[in-house]
Amino acid sequence: MDIVLAMIVGVLYAAGIYMMLRRSIVKLILGLAFLGHASNLLIFTVARLVRGKPPLIDLGERALTGIYADPLPQALILTAIVIGFGVQAFAVVLIKRVYQVVATDDMDRIKTTDR
Amino acid sequence: MTHMLLLLPVLIPMGSAVSALLCWERPTMQRWINVVGSTMLLATGLTLLGRVSRGGIIAVQVGSWPAPFGITFVADLLSAIMVTITGIVGLAVAIYSLGSVDAPRESFGYHPLFQVLLMGVCGSFLTGDVFNLYVWFEVMLIASFVLIALGGTHRQLEGAIKYVTLNLFSSAIFLAAVGILYGIAGTLNMADLSVRLRAGATSGLVTTLAIMFTIAFGIKAGVFPLFFWLPASYHTPPAPVSAVFAGLLTKVGVYALIRFLTLLFAQDPGYTHTILLVVAGFTMVTGVLGAVAQSQLRRLLSFHIVSQIGYMVMGLALFTPLALAGSVFYLVHHIIVKTNLFLISGIIHRLRGTEQLEHLGGFYRTHPFLSLLFLIPAFSLAGIPPLSGFWAKLALVQAGLNIGQYLIVAVALVVSLLTLFSMTKIWAEAFWKAPLGDASVMGAPSAVQWSYLMGPVVGLALLTLIIGFATEPFFVLASQAAEQLLNPTDYIRAVLGTTGGAM
Repeated sequence: MDIVLAMIVGVLYAAGIYMMLRRSIVKLILGLAFLGHASNLLIFTVARLVRGKPPLIDLGERALTGIYADPLPQALILTAIVIGFGVQAFAVVLIKRVYQVVATDDMDRIKTTDR
Repeated sequence: MTHMLLLLPVLIPMGSAVSALLCWERPTMQRWINVVGSTMLLATGLTLLGRVSRGGIIAVQVGSWPAPFGITFVADLLSAIMVTITGIVGLAVAIYSLGSVDAPRESFGYHPLFQVLLMGVCGSFLTGDVFNLYVWFEVMLIASFVLIALGGTHRQLEGAIKYVTLNLFSSAIFLAAVGILYGIAGTLNMADLSVRLRAGATSGLVTTLAIMFTIAFGIKAGVFPLFFWLPASYHTPPAPVSAVFAGLLTKVGVYALIRFLTLLFAQDPGYTHTILLVVAGFTMVTGVLGAVAQSQLRRLLSFHIVSQIGYMVMGLALFTPLALAGSVFYLVHHIIVKTNLFLISGIIHRLRGTEQLEHLGGFYRTHPFLSLLFLIPAFSLAGIPPLSGFWAKLALVQAGLNIGQYLIVAVALVVSLLTLFSMTKIWAEAFWKAPLGDASVMGAPSAVQWSYLMGPVVGLALLTLIIGFATEPFFVLASQAAEQLLNPTDYIRAVLGTTGGAM
């Protein structure tokens, strides 16, 4: 399972960066979304996958024993997903405004402020 | 009481932002909420600084969860200094905004957004948890995204798309690095991480992580070769917004770099800090060369930010007590000076309606006092004695000479000269040469508006003079901050030693 997830993370990073390097601003946003997903999945994978062992303390025990699924990374991912959702919503509105005002979706033509 | 004092720098801007949002229909109320909130933030910052410099590092466990599990807020001297300076910049820009932000921007929430930005910045300075730092970064970023696009002009939107893209990219790298860090250390509390990373053998993975964090923060700080978004976007929003961006936001990146590379990743300085030293040199040189080539006032100043970031990184890279003290001192000096220069460029824009140097001129004749006020931060930035920039550079140069890094010292000195050259370029073009055509197309601002614009500029210039002429106490403070950074035991004890949270 780890290897599959690792490959998905890698593909997502590659696809995200490839999309960001395209000239269309729509692909730019998609690329950023992929990068966000890749990072979230990476946290999930790196924190070790444990199946069927919820972090519950057994009756009579005082602390968790043995191997158990760590809930903290999932809480982190949840936070990161919410933040990512908000930021991407903003980015989508931004590119719509950019398209309306600058009248192009080509990154190569959005460079008057660079000069 | 300690508990509250540490949380107030976050709670005050949050309260101000919420109150300003509740007064959505009443811009006058919002303005004064913004000013009062920033004043309170400054007062809190000063109290915190006094408390920390007398009583040592303080820490609070939010929600009383003991240290490695809950979220920790820590204030060491560096954090307290940065919070204070945030208050100073916040107050200066809030007053300046009274005279310069137009009605449409106000009605779309300029003032509450400004307070949210300050909240994110203060949170980043005070948190003692890596993931929490990510959250504060995002708070700061989302406020800055809206502020940079607010108004929706062609130039602003073009700048915004670059700013948003690069900052989101840096956040993605930061988040990935946080995940891997948790995977190898099993904790995200900075003090706890410091203990565990020091105890464990230096592995390639730890060094890789150090570089990942360096890249993530380097994008935010604008170091070579990751700075291209900065001069493409910082000059597009109105003057008060770009002043607070120029003063504070890139410095949050520098702060994070200093924090991570002293507290967490100090195991292999031969590798990480050598890379930083090379980066610092290139940052200084490319930044100043970019500045020399520019002819638009705020774009020129934006390139200067990049060049100056190089000096701060140089202090971190040299990694001696004197060098780090120089870095901290440089941070303080730079934030004040750079904010001031952007505010002055806003006044120039207000008076002439343009920032193209070739269309400006004659300010020395029409506004001699403003010209004098420009000279103070401009010379300070270039490092003319006895202004604040001179002492900052002197400390860095001395630190470099002490450990025999002659090349970087030479680079720093040459870059200083080029900085002076580009400042004389502004002086000659905007202030000295005869005005071209009709100089008063814009109409003079009213007396009240003029005092709102000039007040912060005068205040910040005075502060620059005070730091320059009475350097001793400021430098002692910076040296103590550097001592704390290089000996993290106090920091670790303050965070992990206290049990049960509230003191």
